[in-house]
Amino acid sequence: MRLTAKLTLLMAVLAVSACTNANRFDNDAVDLNAATGSAGGIVPGSASDPSSPAYFQQTVGDRVLFAVDQSTLNPQARATLDGQVQWLMTNADYTAVIEGHADEQGTRAYNLALGARRANAVMEYLVAQGVPSNRLRFVSYGKERPIEICSEEACYAKNRRAVTIISAGLTS
Amino acid sequence: MKQFVASLLSVCVLAFCVPVLALAQSGPLRIEITEGVVEPLPYAVPDFVAESASAQQLAQQIARVVADDLTGTGLFREVPREAHISQITSFGSPVQFADWKAINAQALVTGAVSEQGGRVVVKFRVWDVFAGAELGQGMQFAGTPDGWRRMAHKVADQVYSRITGESGYFDSRVVFVSESGPKDQRAKRLAVMDYDGANVQYLTGSSALVLAPRFSEDGQRVLYTSYETGMPRVHVLEVGTVQSRILQGQDGVMSFAPRFAPDGRTVVYSLTQGSNTDIWAMDIASGGTRQLTSAPSIETAPSYSPDGSQIVFESDRSGTQQLYVMSAGGGEAKRISFGQGRYSTPVWSPRGDMIAFTKQNAGRFHIGVMRTDGSEERLLTASFLDEGPTWAPNGRVIMFARETQGAQGSSSLYTVDISGRNLKRVRTPEGASDPSWGPLQ
Repeated sequence: MRLTAKLTLLMAVLAVSACTNANRFDNDAVDLNAATGSAGGIVPGSASDPSSPAYFQQTVGDRVLFAVDQSTLNPQARATLDGQVQWLMTNADYTAVIEGHADEQGTRAYNLALGARRANAVMEYLVAQGVPSNRLRFVSYGKERPIEICSEEACYAKNRRAVTIISAGLTS
Repeated sequence: MKQFVASLLSVCVLAFCVPVLALAQSGPLRIEITEGVVEPLPYAVPDFVAESASAQQLAQQIARVVADDLTGTGLFREVPREAHISQITSFGSPVQFADWKAINAQALVTGAVSEQGGRVVVKFRVWDVFAGAELGQGMQFAGTPDGWRRMAHKVADQVYSRITGESGYFDSRVVFVSESGPKDQRAKRLAVMDYDGANVQYLTGSSALVLAPRFSEDGQRVLYTSYETGMPRVHVLEVGTVQSRILQGQDGVMSFAPRFAPDGRTVVYSLTQGSNTDIWAMDIASGGTRQLTSAPSIETAPSYSPDGSQIVFESDRSGTQQLYVMSAGGGEAKRISFGQGRYSTPVWSPRGDMIAFTKQNAGRFHIGVMRTDGSEERLLTASFLDEGPTWAPNGRVIMFARETQGAQGSSSLYTVDISGRNLKRVRTPEGASDPSWGPLQ
């Protein structure tokens, strides 16, 4: 929030487009190129600012996905989390909440516990790689907060996730 | 809610029909539910007699709710009013049994309603038409006009109980989660309703996610999980005042899946610490807690046996979710589910003889029942997603939530007999999930 306040009108426009892309979370080079290209430089607080939560979300990658009923981190997930570690170590003012989620195939209570397993797997990895545990906490939403709503594996795969949400800095 | 409790001022037996009682109860009019009813019993409920001018509408409405309750069980079939030969114009007049025999109404319910000064009195009698005698005793209920549905349910409970020999379940309430909005923006709030979906009252707002409310044995309190603090925590709500508070003594990352012990003083629930979820018990008054399971697997969805001595729960310690029974004090648990697929959300029946559960197998969900040792498993439903059974107070009917498939999917409540018959949707104003059936009032 404190960073958002620094934005100019142009930057605000960029931020809006960044948000739209984030919601679709096809979070690769396209967004970044578009942002840096049109702004012609690094815009503080926007996705082009490497110290911004928006950059973390879109460029570092804020989420990892899991196989059905599993909480194991695959190599791709670990690569994403290594990026998260680096970002969190660099931007030491921020804290993070890791949200664990499950797809809709399963009963409510079990999915809450499964989401906790996933979020905890991420948290333990981040801590093991050096992020102080007092900057991290986790919560599970089970199957209550799907981002994709179809009842097919294509959607389920994206819903089985742990998302690292960057929140208010320690010092702010 | 308070006025509901207060509205039922008195229940009394009409003493003047006592002599017929013994004769009637040994009569042939009887449905044995356990044997499985194929042919519903035909019965008639003419409009109740309005004994005061202002009771005219109530007299009709009450008779209709009685009929809806009875027919809704699938055990009874109403002979339509158009077929009636006799009209009941006076509650005290002799019944013309031949007229009811002629239309093959085996049971007849007659009643009268009077209303004076904001007080409604409902009287009724149940007749065994072919025996030509009254079944049980005439009774009356008194209350306020806005409690008329409850009085109708009480009449129906009496009729049901006299004919089946089992206690009824119509004058009961269900606490549930009312749902609105699309799947990725679903708003949830707690609500309570009559068993048939009438009189919905909302107990919380939808600003915080709320899950899985559970009635206490006496129906006065509700345990539920709320994200009000940002983390899932067990809350308790007093139904009468609609006041809720977070339970003290919840350590760990999150706590959920609470259920009352039969004595109402202890709560059993799941607590997550790190990656591990176990079952704990808490004394509500002191906040003192005790860990009941300690395995690295997921232990959740605990439910007490009605005598409070045992707890059934789900665990994936074997690799998939299965059902286990342990002593209420914790310790060694015995696995009771061994069929194909995964078993979850076990709930002990109020009679103590069965456990209802959710089963997931080959991409389908089922609601099922089994004996408490896991034998005689019977699946009652099958769909894309059936979940979370709760027992009617008489242990004969199960309510559960069914979510439909796809992007437009939504959740509704259904009931089904433990025989697997009579699957019916419960009408609610919005989507609905996580039902918990309260006691017979």
